[in-house]
Amino acid sequence: MEKLSKLPKLYLVVVFIILYTPIFYLIFYSFNSGGGMSNFESFTFEHYAAVFEDTRLIIILINTIVVALLSALVSTAIGVLGALSIVFMRNKAMRNAVLSLNNILIVSPDVIIGASFLILFTMIGVKLGFASVLISHIAFSIPIVVIMVLPKLQEMSPTLIDAALDLGASKRDVLTRVIIPFIKPGILAGFFLALTYSLDDFAVTFFVTGNGFSTLSVEIYSMARAGITLTINALSGLIFLVTVVLVLGYYAVSRKTKTPLSGVKK
Amino acid sequence: MRHMGYRIMNNKPLRPLYTIPYTAWILLFVITPIALIIYYSFFDLAGHFTFDNYKNFFSSVYLKLTISSFWYAFLITLFTLLFAYPTAYFLTKTKHKQLWLLLIIIPSWINLLLKTYAFIGLFGLYGPINALLETVGIGNQQILFTDFSFVFVSVYIFIPFMILPIFNSLDKLNPALIDASRDLGANSWTTFRRVIWPLTLNGVKSGIQVVFIPALSLFMITRLIAGNKVITLGTAIEQQFLVTQNWGMGSTIAVFLILFMFIIMLITSSSDRGTTINGKIK
Repeated sequence: MEKLSKLPKLYLVVVFIILYTPIFYLIFYSFNSGGGMSNFESFTFEHYAAVFEDTRLIIILINTIVVALLSALVSTAIGVLGALSIVFMRNKAMRNAVLSLNNILIVSPDVIIGASFLILFTMIGVKLGFASVLISHIAFSIPIVVIMVLPKLQEMSPTLIDAALDLGASKRDVLTRVIIPFIKPGILAGFFLALTYSLDDFAVTFFVTGNGFSTLSVEIYSMARAGITLTINALSGLIFLVTVVLVLGYYAVSRKTKTPLSGVKK
Repeated sequence: MRHMGYRIMNNKPLRPLYTIPYTAWILLFVITPIALIIYYSFFDLAGHFTFDNYKNFFSSVYLKLTISSFWYAFLITLFTLLFAYPTAYFLTKTKHKQLWLLLIIIPSWINLLLKTYAFIGLFGLYGPINALLETVGIGNQQILFTDFSFVFVSVYIFIPFMILPIFNSLDKLNPALIDASRDLGANSWTTFRRVIWPLTLNGVKSGIQVVFIPALSLFMITRLIAGNKVITLGTAIEQQFLVTQNWGMGSTIAVFLILFMFIIMLITSSSDRGTTINGKIK
């Protein structure tokens, strides 16, 4: 393989600087004792203290995490069942049709998902708030889990199932002792992606959340519309830390199980 | 994989049980929402059946809006591609390319709202960019709330999503093909144009797909960064649904957005299945 010469290296460095500047800029000013994101006065942790003292913000943070964990858990369960249903479908045309339906929510713009779910919840009478947000997050995470699990299932040799059946395994045994262990990396990847999709979602939540319930993204949006508050900066410092730990953890897990990083998040 | 379930699933009564949740999901959250959007697009504010929303959509206001939304999405996609392709190309040549790729992707895992918020400070009147312009001698400029800042921030947000599929297709490229092209006397440009580009076109197409469709429907960045100067189809839908509460008109715009989405998917769908779905952007 040819070596990189100076100019391409410089180009990559510039791209990296541009990609990371906004993030480090936010974190840098989170330590500013002055009020804004210019003129660094002196070093302080007061904005971090403000994050932890703000009970409203803490509640929103907990809401966000609860919604993310619950939606990831439920969507992983339904997604795995969905992937199994697709794989066991014998009609090829039917399978392709279901796959296309599956992918609709992945490519749909969030505005469409948000608006249509808003209509749906209003029609069937789901109160806007925690329930509607959770259901929406489950709904838009399911296709991602399916996409992550399906390749693993397709990789699996049918002879494994035959062997298990020949050796006297029941259908339940085949599922829990043969299929599930085999597709575990896909399930983990799906769960992780569902988690991050939920944590990061703004547009869908913005549509289906009522007055009383808010997630972090929606809260940051309304705070940012009001202007610059360094509490947001402190929050982003904390989020950056957690994200890096999560990503490195995911990287370690996926390297161990040899599944390449196959999805990005918005 | 074809007949994987042949033996295990020939037990008919068991089959519906485990397919129920997923089938229910498809019916309730994929088919019903689209049907509801189409249904609502035929009703006016007072709840009467009407074609007025469609008539309105073809009025000059909405046509202009659609054209400008496409124009901005085009610009965003173009600049994203222009920056992403070389980045992906050089990345494949680095020593620890998977690690570098991960580093490129990490910013995309940071909450979108936070990154957008950062630009409010960066581009602000007293922000570092203006301070830099001042020292260079250009002087203070209004950067925030302009078309430029909107396109810039959008490109910034979308770049990792364009890099990933292109990186994957470049990574799959057999290096022997490039050597062969060189040996046969092609220069770097010809090699790129006749060998590398055609072979990575599928990656580019899926990159365009994951950037162009969301770019049409951005509304958060338009509000925070473009200060309502730029109106996209997404902004219009949000406005109709959440501000004016005119769900009928909002649904009509949504119907067209869905139509555009399908057209774009048809144009950019690649023969290579593996690269079509790489993620989505909120």
